[in-house]
Amino acid sequence: MSTQPLTNTPRTLSQKVWDNHVVPSSTSDAADNGSALLYIDLHLVHEVTSPQAFEGLRMTGRTVRRPDLTVATEDHNVPTENQHLPIPDEIGRKQVDTLRSNTAEFGITNYPMGHKNQGIVHVIGPELGLTLPGMTVVCGDSHTSTHGAFGAIAFGIGTSEVEHVLATQTLPQLAQETMAITINGELPEGATAKDVVLAVLARTGTSGGIGAIAEYRGSVIESLSMEGRMTVCNMSIEWGAKAGLIAPDETTFEYLKGRQHAPQGEAWDEAVAAWRELKTDEGATFDREIIMDGSECVPHITWGTNPGQVAPIDSTVPNPADYDDAGEADACTRALEYMDLTPGMAMRDIVVDTVFIGSCTNSRIEDLRAAAAVAKGHKVKDGMRTLVVPGSGLVQEQAIAEGLDQIFIEAGFDWREPGCSMCLAMNADRLAPGERSASTSNRNFEGRQGRGGRTHLVSPEVAAATAILGHVATPGDLA
Amino acid sequence: MEAVRIVQGRAVPLERNDVDTDQIIPSDWLKQVERTGFEKGLFSEWRDDPDFVMNKEEHAGAKVLLAGPNFGTGSSREHAVWAIMQYGFEAVISPRFGPIFANNSTKNGLVCVQIEQELGDKLMAAVQADPQLEIVIDVEKLRLEVPALDIDVAFAMDAQVQHRFLEGLDDIGLTMQQGDDISAFESSRPGYMPATSA
Repeated sequence: MSTQPLTNTPRTLSQKVWDNHVVPSSTSDAADNGSALLYIDLHLVHEVTSPQAFEGLRMTGRTVRRPDLTVATEDHNVPTENQHLPIPDEIGRKQVDTLRSNTAEFGITNYPMGHKNQGIVHVIGPELGLTLPGMTVVCGDSHTSTHGAFGAIAFGIGTSEVEHVLATQTLPQLAQETMAITINGELPEGATAKDVVLAVLARTGTSGGIGAIAEYRGSVIESLSMEGRMTVCNMSIEWGAKAGLIAPDETTFEYLKGRQHAPQGEAWDEAVAAWRELKTDEGATFDREIIMDGSECVPHITWGTNPGQVAPIDSTVPNPADYDDAGEADACTRALEYMDLTPGMAMRDIVVDTVFIGSCTNSRIEDLRAAAAVAKGHKVKDGMRTLVVPGSGLVQEQAIAEGLDQIFIEAGFDWREPGCSMCLAMNADRLAPGERSASTSNRNFEGRQGRGGRTHLVSPEVAAATAILGHVATPGDLA
Repeated sequence: MEAVRIVQGRAVPLERNDVDTDQIIPSDWLKQVERTGFEKGLFSEWRDDPDFVMNKEEHAGAKVLLAGPNFGTGSSREHAVWAIMQYGFEAVISPRFGPIFANNSTKNGLVCVQIEQELGDKLMAAVQADPQLEIVIDVEKLRLEVPALDIDVAFAMDAQVQHRFLEGLDDIGLTMQQGDDISAFESSRPGYMPATSA
């Protein structure tokens, strides 16, 4: 990716956003390897990956350069019950307390438990209008790619980089290739944004996007709501992409207009005029492209222990003998053993004991509406543990205003308070060894939802239908 | 970070594909606010098994972690890099790394050596057959050498990263030298960009 844009040369969306954020060097000894110092427009902070970064600042006597471009919230290890009480887990409580004292010391806004703006960091940025088209957004969390749904370059960083951004509001970044994921046609009936990204994973595996910033495009992507686009971009890191983004359009502007931090009045008009330029130019070329058809995006489910081990719900559990590559065959064998599945069994014959609806992938209002629509008038299977965890205080408030909480409660679902919850088992919401979940989250790694737990990634609609029938199911399976 | 010029020693052969950072250090270990003590969390879900390769006596004190493809995928937790280094590893060899893990490694001085799958398979078999096999990773010459196998191949590392590794330089200090450039850029940002203040 060039750091010296030539005017009139057609550029991709990600090249434009990248070029707009390169800090020119006055010393002119910048490396010619395409690396650049990128300015960061929005830095999201949470309790897990920040304490060592703040400690680093203190040890070196540095300050936070732009607290006004930085915002924090408590999400990873907050309980999803009784948030008005102190966190029972002492170590988790200390981490949250540390975030509070660090943000107070350095003048950063923090949304604590119980505040209506508190929630999963990737849910609150967009809903507060802090995430805007054309921005650079970083966070010490790999699912920062979520914000790419607005046409931003957004990516996860490690704690050293969190410290770097706190101190300088910039990050040195190596050039990335450009990649297009073009999905033409339309979605099949019953398919969701989650199925779009799971179908991408079925194509790419966990490493197909390494070294690239990917632009999702085509009629299927354009047809998605902002919530759907966030679901797709959220899982970009699962197939290895540095970031994933989608060109902003009327759907984007409609979502943003009037949000708390979005520009207002004349500034709004000026912003929209600039945002309309944020699209890949006619004639621009991508270093790599994958072309898919919407018909591939039928409801999917993961069967293994990484998100690339995924297949349509209408299919069967694969056989290690199906793989040519010895390493992949071995990975399949290992995954089936961990998951306690037999090759050839129908996906629908998989029986689960837990259903989790939530996470930065699928905890927005639209996800809850979709799951509630499936649950309405049904009862969850006897003995099934269910958690419905809204992504933020605002989502929780909206869901209650729409009566979604009552639909869930009447159907026998456990309605909770906002947080990351069972996505990564840093609070009390976790699987016991041998337990099996249908989960709307993003990772089915060994032990991800609790040591020895087994995770199947699905859409909110499939999760709700599965909770009712007790085995993997789509809404169409409900009589 | 400390300077690193050469890593020389034995390897632990971790023959698995797709070892994600949740395996390297499970989320229970992420609640600490300190930067040390993560070695106890390294592969903690697997270390209860006495047959787990890292538990084998012949691999004690190894400096190199030899892994299958897609090592370090998933979560951005830098704790994964800290755990590997605090346990005593100075380098990881794999046919393919998770990108955030690889980047985090460059901030801490953990050498990630990406090699061809074929060479990875050969090396894996050789280390399994001879745990004493000596591996040399030369950061100055960017060469991976295994004298006993006549292996001497180049590996890639960004020139700036290599410079920082050899000199043990702090990334943040280097960027702060460009403070005036950053201020100049800031003055050109569009007026409609939001501030986070409540």
